[in-house]
Amino acid sequence: MKPILEVKNLSYTYGEGTPFCRTAVDDVSLCVSEGEFIGIIGHTGSGKSTLISHLNALLRPTGGQVLLDGEDIWERPKDIRRVRFRVGLVFQYPEYQLFEETVYRDIAFAPRNMGLSDEEIDRRVREAACFAGVSDEQLDASPFELSGGQKRRVAIAGVIAMEPQVLILDEPTAGLDPRSRDELLDKLSEYHKARGGAVIIVSHSMDEVARVASRIIVMKDAHVLLDDTPRKVFANAALLRDAGLDVPRAASIAAALRQKGIDVRADVCTTQELCGEIMRLAAEKGGAR
Amino acid sequence: MLKDITLGQFFPGTTLAHRLDPRTKLLVTVLYIAALFCADSFLTYAIVTLSLALAVRISRVGLRPLVRGLRPVLFIVIFTGALNIFYTPGRILWQFGFLRVTQEGLIAAFFMMLRIALLIMGTFLLTYTTSPIHLTDGLESLLSPLKRVRVPVHELSMMMSIALRFIPTLIEETDKIMSAQKARGADFESGSLLRRAKALIPLLVPLFVSAFRRADELATAMECRCYHGGVGRTKLHVLHYHPRDAAVLVLYGALLAAVLLL
Repeated sequence: MKPILEVKNLSYTYGEGTPFCRTAVDDVSLCVSEGEFIGIIGHTGSGKSTLISHLNALLRPTGGQVLLDGEDIWERPKDIRRVRFRVGLVFQYPEYQLFEETVYRDIAFAPRNMGLSDEEIDRRVREAACFAGVSDEQLDASPFELSGGQKRRVAIAGVIAMEPQVLILDEPTAGLDPRSRDELLDKLSEYHKARGGAVIIVSHSMDEVARVASRIIVMKDAHVLLDDTPRKVFANAALLRDAGLDVPRAASIAAALRQKGIDVRADVCTTQELCGEIMRLAAEKGGAR
Repeated sequence: MLKDITLGQFFPGTTLAHRLDPRTKLLVTVLYIAALFCADSFLTYAIVTLSLALAVRISRVGLRPLVRGLRPVLFIVIFTGALNIFYTPGRILWQFGFLRVTQEGLIAAFFMMLRIALLIMGTFLLTYTTSPIHLTDGLESLLSPLKRVRVPVHELSMMMSIALRFIPTLIEETDKIMSAQKARGADFESGSLLRRAKALIPLLVPLFVSAFRRADELATAMECRCYHGGVGRTKLHVLHYHPRDAAVLVLYGALLAAVLLL
């Protein structure tokens, strides 16, 4: 797989040289390839948000490098916006960044900054709105009339409209009700399948990450603790608990069942898989009877 | 970059300067400023400077944060200095075209720049050693006689504490929105003045929206806790004068008297 983003020995210290200095990211290296769906999880203050702010050059590393297609993103600081167009970052509570009169114009803000033609902007706005689940009627509404969940989708569309190679979302489901959360995660999976590229979501919910990601990076105290497929990551329950995290609910239920001597698979990590296992066991039992 | 703003920043501590009653500190600051504006000779300026140096020493705040507080007004200081140097009539030391440097001008410029610097540093010392809550408590208490003439002192001081409380929050919020818009390709740093002013719209609209939202939430939260203005309201921390407050007040009263007499 072709690597898009490479992080090499990245370190970042807030307030360097003052008594308040704090290292938020310490010697982190990782690689993001085409087609990956990565979940970054970690406890509050583990450095996840600082790490992703480096990926689109909002923060300049105090040590190490970030490479985009093999080129250091800080090589030409004048051209830094081009990096931001290729690595789209959706912040936490992105609905607070909406400012335009209509939803359409707000989604068009980024493409307009890219200096695209009007037709191209129109195409991108409509496509992004479709990916994010914003309906055509909503495009002409004022973003301030929408509900919280709808606003968030508009804000996400505003970043998707840049057609970034890597889409990063910081806690995209924070504060959403379960239904909007599920819808949003489904939309992101759909987007990822249709568009390719790479998607990274930051979260502290294991269940969420287990549902969508094909690779999980666990952060603890400014370091990468684990970086592997969900199944392998969730096999380290003790390490995860130590990092202030938990295994997904389905995995912990499976573990409890196995402790009771019920033979479910050891690597269950989503609710769907757990249901499948239970159905299988029930069928076996029914067959034996 | 926005984090550099030190307005109303408080350095916690336990020195005498921190423990004084906020009312005393406010009065002392007023006395100090009065003395500063009455000073008109080397001797009187020296006395005022010494008094500030002493206060800084006692507070253990250190000179660096105070000097940093001067940075935003540096331009004004230099500008006033330059005006005074060139536009004060007197014995001419040096002349170039219409520019004249006089001895009196040099002295006036020196005094003026010293005065502004001492003024800023003195008031910064007050906010460095007094928490915003104490400061507004002190103000409210000092201004309470005005309640007789129907000035809503409590409400004003409450507004002030809320404003001070939200400065850091709003700075943080500005930083966040700025990053979010930069992530969408907004450019705040280049272009002509007009373009830069226009570029602020994506920053200001969300900032105002969120400030109103916060105000609304705060109002609801206050109402939920049955907040209702100043009438009959008691305080958790009641201010008390101590002998040390009297001592400091007398000392600064003496300072002003000395400056006036000399």
